[in-house]
Amino acid sequence: MSINKRQQYRTLFKQNVERRLFVDKIVRLIVISCVVTAIIPLGSILVEVFKNGIAAISIEFLTEVPGSIGSGDGGIGPAIQGTLIVIGMASIIGVPIGVLSGIFLSEFGDNKLAKSVRFFNDVFMEFPSILLGIFAFLVIVLVLGHFSVWAGAFALALIMFPIVARTTEESLKMVPVTYREAGMALGLRHWVVTIRIVIAAAKNGMVTGVLLSVARIGGETAPLIMTILGSSLFFNNFDTPMDALPLRIWRLSLLPYDSAQLQGWGAALVLILIILAINIGVRTLVLNKNDTYRFGKMIKEKIGGTK
Amino acid sequence: MTTKPNTIKRQVSSSSNILTEEDKFKMIAENVTISYGDKSAVNNVTMKFKEKSVTALIGPSGCGKTTFLRCLNRMHDMTKNAKVEGKVMIDGIDLYSKEIDPIYHRRKVGMVFQKPNPFPTMSIFDNVTAGLRLNGVKDKKILNEIVEDTLKMAYLWDEVKNDLKKPAIELSGGQQQRLCIARALAIQPEVLLMDEPASALDPIATQKIEETITELKKEFTIIIVTHNMQQAVRVSDYTGFMYLGDLVEFRETKKLFTDPKNELTAKYVQGQFG
Amino acid sequence: MEKKLVTPHKQKINSDQIFKIGATIAGTFVLAIIVLMVYQLISESYPIWEEEGLSFVVGTDWNAVEGRESFGALPYILGTLTTAALAMAIGVPLSIGIAMFVSDAPPKIGAPLGFLVELLAAVPSVIYGLWGLYVFREYFIDYIEKPLHSAFGDNVWFFSGTPFGLDIFTASIILAIMIIPTVSAVSREVMKAVPQQQKEAAYMLGATKWEMFKLAIFPYSKTGLIGASILGLGRAVGETMAVTMLIGNATGASAIPSSLFKPSQTMSSIIANEFVEASPAGLHLPALIGTGLILLGIAICINIVAHILVTRMLKVKEGAINN
Repeated sequence: MSINKRQQYRTLFKQNVERRLFVDKIVRLIVISCVVTAIIPLGSILVEVFKNGIAAISIEFLTEVPGSIGSGDGGIGPAIQGTLIVIGMASIIGVPIGVLSGIFLSEFGDNKLAKSVRFFNDVFMEFPSILLGIFAFLVIVLVLGHFSVWAGAFALALIMFPIVARTTEESLKMVPVTYREAGMALGLRHWVVTIRIVIAAAKNGMVTGVLLSVARIGGETAPLIMTILGSSLFFNNFDTPMDALPLRIWRLSLLPYDSAQLQGWGAALVLILIILAINIGVRTLVLNKNDTYRFGKMIKEKIGGTK
Repeated sequence: MTTKPNTIKRQVSSSSNILTEEDKFKMIAENVTISYGDKSAVNNVTMKFKEKSVTALIGPSGCGKTTFLRCLNRMHDMTKNAKVEGKVMIDGIDLYSKEIDPIYHRRKVGMVFQKPNPFPTMSIFDNVTAGLRLNGVKDKKILNEIVEDTLKMAYLWDEVKNDLKKPAIELSGGQQQRLCIARALAIQPEVLLMDEPASALDPIATQKIEETITELKKEFTIIIVTHNMQQAVRVSDYTGFMYLGDLVEFRETKKLFTDPKNELTAKYVQGQFG
Repeated sequence: MEKKLVTPHKQKINSDQIFKIGATIAGTFVLAIIVLMVYQLISESYPIWEEEGLSFVVGTDWNAVEGRESFGALPYILGTLTTAALAMAIGVPLSIGIAMFVSDAPPKIGAPLGFLVELLAAVPSVIYGLWGLYVFREYFIDYIEKPLHSAFGDNVWFFSGTPFGLDIFTASIILAIMIIPTVSAVSREVMKAVPQQQKEAAYMLGATKWEMFKLAIFPYSKTGLIGASILGLGRAVGETMAVTMLIGNATGASAIPSSLFKPSQTMSSIIANEFVEASPAGLHLPALIGTGLILLGIAICINIVAHILVTRMLKVKEGAINN
């Protein structure tokens, strides 16, 4: 190709640079507005919950049983207690299963069985939580004949354990093989190596996974509807219905009274404080910078949100 | 739009000290310092590149040759933390001056990377014309003409001319690299930067690349980073030896290798460190 | 010379084997649960399948009165799909825009912003519903729904019906916000997986940032982005509380989506609303469980497709580049 031809082409090119830069600027604007559009609801939710909920907060509100419907008296004492109890129970059931599963996937995970376990674990995590509530209803409420805390704890444990299994697996996998080799070389048995050495090293990640899944189930409502049902009384025993914060919020939102609306905001404030405290606390205190990145990807994908 | 090459009438200072009067320089890098954070990678390097020549940059790993190469087409704009000081002038226009729009001028300096990186979802034809389409060239006649021209220059035309729609990743490593050369040439650059272009290739492919370079220098100014000293000897007219961010010596290739002025250069060239 | 390594072999096997067995049992627990759950859903919804067969899936009645029981899940299936599709139409572009920004921004800006967007996922669904009900709705009716209705209500079918704020539109928008964290997070990972060399090749040609995205990032990550969107679809389909609080809770044929401003119902919301009141004696409860079974089927299919797409993109392209 001749020099002249080349020069011709070069002139061709200059003509559209300004337009290209303009298009680039427009796209940047669009992209930034996407980010702003996402942050606005978050800001609004937090602001509104705080603003409206703070008016409802008082010692009575936090400790008393609900008053009669529409009266505006009473509080959400049982709901707070119920939330703590049911997530505590769920953790007692779900965490051990989850951790052991995670150990299975990480330490014995090279075979076909483990591959299908991992796959179905991921599939199970995506089951709509209301269906887990139906399942708990069918196998516990129907069998025992009444709504109960057991059923609720079971349903929440079902949400919890796959998450804990995955986060445990990832945490254990991040521990270098050399740790295990060193332990084996010392003549320690496999299970001792795993528990004493590997888990100790993976502690941070595992605790994070557990705490984040606790925060997740704390906000779950749907599976509680047909398991613990709700109640206006404080905890009596595990065999009776019980209240929980998300349930109470929902039930309050169905009432047409302003006082119910106020109480709903108050309950929402309490719930969101608990959840945010766990989320932010875990990410800033427990995880250091390295873990945060490697963990972040998995957390984002796996833990998701409540249903 | 015509461009006037830079002309120097007197001898220049220590770093690039052999080019005499009336020589035409396509590209001049002046007092270039590149740092990442507080670590300095290139220290106050000045080099002048003669038109239609091949200049090789050699030196041990970490000496800054690739870092320096990349500043010649403002690739460091993409790197976080990188700070570039100094001037890089092509035909008298400083690429780093505030008035210059890098989009237009970056096109003047094409680049070929160490590992071939054709766009995997595109055909051979689309890869070569990628830069052209960016610049708004739609005329099929022009596109076809440039594709043939550049693939011929890259010594790839005969091998692919019958199947330009084939996905680029189906080519062999050597062919992919020549495709990347054609892609860089398609946007009609005036300078071609090559970062160890044959290091990922087998000896036969390497030879083809070197032949391509020798042909290309008839029209383009080429700057090539290489860790292979024999390659530098085979292919380049001038060679710059860098060590720990400094330009130690810059001379005609034959002279640098047979009669190096600097002790460090002599040691490197004799293979005493690498 | 042979050396024998003496290991307390027999003792090791026992406690290690117990450990392995225990872990394996825990691992397979999920398999057992899935099997049990699917079995339970099928067997407990069996009465409705027996009674109505496949016409349950396409029927539109919803009558729990004894003696005249008739149920059809179609309106709710349509409700779920409509709200999910709308949520995707709004949420996916927003998410990709966010992912573009965060994947390319310097870490000091990108990391905190990414964190904030993820915080959206920590907010419980019921609080989204509350906010949607008491805050968002007021603005939405006044600034968007009413104007659209008065401008286009007579001509455009999906703007008809006096807007009251508890309808498909409101529910879908909140749903869109809720899927943003997931879709943008996965999209960001997919975009970050594009090799640096590809981006450099684009820049070398003189591309602007947007052009670099068009040349290097989008073609490479297309499959993964689709996977991320479908993952968001999966989340939207399973979402219950916020939708229940905002969708207006129609039942039967009137729940069939007919306009953005008319109330409707999704599979998960009908279950949430009616499950506790449904008497186990008749067909009402089996109908609800049957609806849940359909929901499960749809959710599983969507999520399997999503996972395949996301993992496939990461494997295939790596293999191709490494030649």
